[in-house]
Amino acid sequence: MHYSALSVFLQGLKGHKGWPRMWRDPQPKSHYDVIIIGGGGHGLATAYYLAKEHGITNVAVVEKGWIGGGNVGRNTTIFRSNYMFPANTHFYEKGMKLWEGLERDFNFNAMISQRGVINLFHSDPQRDAFARRGNAMRLAGVDAEFLSPAQLKDMVPILDFENARFPIQGGLMQRRGGTIRHDAVAWGYARGADSRGVDILQNCEVKDIIIEGGAAVGIETSKGTIRANKVAMAVAGHTTHVAKMAGLELPVESHVLQAFVSEGIKPLIDTVVTFGAGHFYISQSDKGGLVFGGDLDGYNSYAQRGNLPMMEHVMAGGMAIMPAIGRVRLLRHWGGIMDMSFDGSPFICKTGIEKLYLNGGWCYGGFKATPASGWCFAHTIAKDEPHKLNEKFTIERFREGRMIDEKGVGPNPWIQ
Amino acid sequence: MHQIDCPWCGTRDEAEFQYQGDATVQRPKPDADEETFFRYVYARENPKGWHVEWWHHVAGCRQWIKVVRNTLTHEIDSTGGPQSKLTKPDEKGGTKS
Repeated sequence: MHYSALSVFLQGLKGHKGWPRMWRDPQPKSHYDVIIIGGGGHGLATAYYLAKEHGITNVAVVEKGWIGGGNVGRNTTIFRSNYMFPANTHFYEKGMKLWEGLERDFNFNAMISQRGVINLFHSDPQRDAFARRGNAMRLAGVDAEFLSPAQLKDMVPILDFENARFPIQGGLMQRRGGTIRHDAVAWGYARGADSRGVDILQNCEVKDIIIEGGAAVGIETSKGTIRANKVAMAVAGHTTHVAKMAGLELPVESHVLQAFVSEGIKPLIDTVVTFGAGHFYISQSDKGGLVFGGDLDGYNSYAQRGNLPMMEHVMAGGMAIMPAIGRVRLLRHWGGIMDMSFDGSPFICKTGIEKLYLNGGWCYGGFKATPASGWCFAHTIAKDEPHKLNEKFTIERFREGRMIDEKGVGPNPWIQ
Repeated sequence: MHQIDCPWCGTRDEAEFQYQGDATVQRPKPDADEETFFRYVYARENPKGWHVEWWHHVAGCRQWIKVVRNTLTHEIDSTGGPQSKLTKPDEKGGTKS
């Protein structure tokens, strides 16, 4: 069913009781062309682009829980493409372009809002580093804009510009960045994939990956054996464990990242502000809640909940740069499990096992990459070779010394 | 909040410590081959469950200590100095898992 203003009107005449379900709940077939393990944003986007761009519709997305129940529903909904290294810049810019046309493309209202993303800087060296990154972005055709303190004061007056430790010298802004309703991204891709014939198999846990003659030929699941021509993994925090089913060992550790939402308040901030020096970033949802977060808790974890020391640290960062939020009450907080790679960059690649493909290592930047990740992964699966945009995101890059270490902090996943 | 029992200082809050990674990997001898060094730097078990790891008591005695901690429940089973041979509960044949 095509969604439009007319369909809303016509359904309204029927008391909104005639809406069909957005995707089917099929039983697994015995064989698919492609099985995608993981019904999160990336898995669903991959299925969508396999069907739409490559005409491969005999596809199953296999999900242990329910779709959108993992990190695609556990993030702070921000998208941007403000990276410096060429491999990242072009990849995330592809994502940005897909975000910009996404709602029309998959016919679903995802409440996209290009409200801009501002990175604050507080010292001469940090200004120089940001200017360098901004220039690298502009050379690659990505928008980047340097903001003076006066411009910033106009845009975000509630910042503490005279902070004693971190006085604000300016900001690097990407105006095309912004926020998008994360659940709608999962649902839009799911509906788009399903309508093209993709089977979304929820509550279907993968127990093993079947390898025969050096090639992946199917999976064992809680709903029985399903065979396939190709098997693809997109499981975020559990990348290590699913890859181990195929005997793969990956440079990945799982870490917990927290995020927070306050009670709803009147409009306070109409853009996204990151205060990297204080490990804090913030935006405001359409419901009025302040949505903010910081860094990883900093130790290996699968707990999907965070701890109080990092919570206090994030709040302290918020108080430092935006003291006005001090009396706003916290409504909820949560933790998501990040598959942290050893250089902060992802994998979208072949694996060394024929017909087995890997999408993972997204660290805490997976959400913004969802469309580009799905688009590139679909290409890699369909053509059995990477697209130019993801050819650098290999597992072998560590062995070859070709790390894409945007932060340059060494091979420690918990500080990427 | 993790409560970590430092062998030198006693039980202290996690906030006094800095995590320093997987303690099961050992730096190879200088003449070890490339594959051995590669695995030392990049190969990690990343277990969902018991994990032997380094914590630096950075706001205390500044010793590095070993901690056996569960990555799923955040429970801490045992701690010791750098040389101590700590065992994961599921490897002791005990009842904890």
